[in-house]
Amino acid sequence: MDTLLFLRPARAVPLNRTLVGYVGSGDLEVMIDRTDGHQAEIHIRTSTQGSEARWQQLIERMEVDHPLPAMRMDIHDFAATPGVIRLRIEQALELALDNRGNTHD
Amino acid sequence: MNPMSTDTQTSGPSQRGRTWFDALTAGMTAQANAVPSVRSADGELAGRPCRIVLVQPDPGNRYPRARSGEVGLLEGWALASTINEVIRADAQQGIKRAIVAIVDVPSQAYGRREEALGIHQALAAAVSAYARARQAGHPVLALLVGKAMSGAFLAHGYQANFIFALNDEAVLVHAMGKAAAARVTQRTEEELDRLAADIPPMAYDLQSYASLGLVEKLIDVTCADAPAPEDIQSVRQILADALGALNGSTDLARRLLGPNRAASRHVRARLREQWHNEADA
Amino acid sequence: MTDQTDARLIPSFVEQSARQRVEGMLDPGSMRELLSPFDRMTSPWLEQQGVVPQFDDGVVVAKGTLNAHPVVVAAIEGSFQGGSLGEVAGAKIAGILELALEACQLGTPTAAILVLESGGVRLQEANLGLAAIAEIQSAIVALRQHQPVIGLITGPVGCFGGMSITAGLCSYLLMTREGRLGLNGPLVIEQEAGVGEYDSRDRPFIWSLTGGEQRYATGLVDAFMGQSLSQVRAAVLDCLQQGVPEQFRSDTIEASLATLGQVDTEHQIDATRARAILTQEQPS
Repeated sequence: MDTLLFLRPARAVPLNRTLVGYVGSGDLEVMIDRTDGHQAEIHIRTSTQGSEARWQQLIERMEVDHPLPAMRMDIHDFAATPGVIRLRIEQALELALDNRGNTHD
Repeated sequence: MNPMSTDTQTSGPSQRGRTWFDALTAGMTAQANAVPSVRSADGELAGRPCRIVLVQPDPGNRYPRARSGEVGLLEGWALASTINEVIRADAQQGIKRAIVAIVDVPSQAYGRREEALGIHQALAAAVSAYARARQAGHPVLALLVGKAMSGAFLAHGYQANFIFALNDEAVLVHAMGKAAAARVTQRTEEELDRLAADIPPMAYDLQSYASLGLVEKLIDVTCADAPAPEDIQSVRQILADALGALNGSTDLARRLLGPNRAASRHVRARLREQWHNEADA
Repeated sequence: MTDQTDARLIPSFVEQSARQRVEGMLDPGSMRELLSPFDRMTSPWLEQQGVVPQFDDGVVVAKGTLNAHPVVVAAIEGSFQGGSLGEVAGAKIAGILELALEACQLGTPTAAILVLESGGVRLQEANLGLAAIAEIQSAIVALRQHQPVIGLITGPVGCFGGMSITAGLCSYLLMTREGRLGLNGPLVIEQEAGVGEYDSRDRPFIWSLTGGEQRYATGLVDAFMGQSLSQVRAAVLDCLQQGVPEQFRSDTIEASLATLGQVDTEHQIDATRARAILTQEQPS
């Protein structure tokens, strides 16, 4: 298991606490929680060793599409494919930024 | 829930349980049981009435997969029967009989008949009886003299107020034998040993198990296979002292006090806090 | 509450996550999850072994109401580590049952619903998983004197190992066709007893012995239910209304000994014979 941390500059916006996915084969859980800072802290635990560069690329590509909110994001990855990872993160961000609120609050 | 490594089969069924049962019940009254693989005897311990209970090998067992001391279909229900008899007989008594489980169980029985006829339910019957006895105020003690494995230990011993173990390397508590655990986790036995050195709940040695807070005391004896009179006397004394130390406790809360059970305590404390604090969840 | 147009009632219970199952089971708006993922109570042992943890350690526990009756629900997430129980996961279940018992004793009758999707003890936390299961079992035996403890086995994982014994302690046990219930996993039996005893690759054979339909036909469970959320919920409600049973399945001692003590063990057994033996009927 590798433990990674990425810190990215981010904008402070209202945020719902959010959890999507689970830690099962080929999947991952993504949790978004509020933070006081002006950064997106992305904490990753992954069963895939030596995947730091891949995560770095994935986060950079996501930032191009949507600016990241200030948050603490935790990822528990159990050998998910890049497609699944991207899908889960987008799901989590969508729920976190949905201004109608959510059930995890 | 898995088997012991096959070394138990090659050396023949353990006689430890029978040896200690015979020693501790000398002079007591043997009770009739549903099957020869479950034995019990009534007597006194520190002046208090008690029943001592054993599961032992029975080469003639009707169920071939339960002939070496495994807890099988009949053993589960027969344990329930002998414990339930005590609960019923003492229902109106102020002083409830103590129950001592002598534990030397290599595993639950693995077989087709067992699964088809509901071995899980047979083991549940034994668990239920032991738990009801303890909760009704019967002091329940477990004395580990050999293996205490997995589902077999859940059914015979793990519901005790106090668990004692002979301080001997053949005494072993685990969820799964090492060979099977290695297969299931796709590790070698050597890797398991290395991990177990740092991870007490995975370890196979008795000292690591004791660090979990589940054993009240490790009892030193000169010979666990052929106990000397002073060994029997000291075990009897420790069991007797335990009856005095119970102080009316009928739950398992004291098991949570071990150094390696911080998370078990923490989870309960946080659950309680959130349960009572409506706004917090 | 049983509005058939409610979108939550459409999905199959079997395909839902543990958290969705709990939410769907309880009255709308009544679910209060305790030790939620945001409490970050992960296993202290998995990461030391290089295993990725999950924020709820694979167990969802909540208090809430079911048709306005106070209940606790504990649901095991079968997709995390095969629904195996370690220290935290086990303590969550034992702890919520202990709190339900206290509530009963303090005058709020509180029932329990357990969603049992478990391979048994989590081997990475071996002895603490086993200890936690003993504590869950103790808590069930205490609580079921006051209020029903209702166990559900719906698949896809099934209920095995120490948790199958736990299932045998419930006041009521309900299964779907997709559920399986057995003490020992098929592969372990095959390894211990040989392929002639138990062929772990023969799936129809295994289902015929341990599947929900057979377990119901042999009287080892109380109901065989459909797999939609509304059907599961209705079956649970039915048990809740029946209250504390006069006798628990785990305490049918004399009858069980009489039955099992005269089984012909010269010949191997199949599902049909198991039904005949356990229901005391002549095989057709």
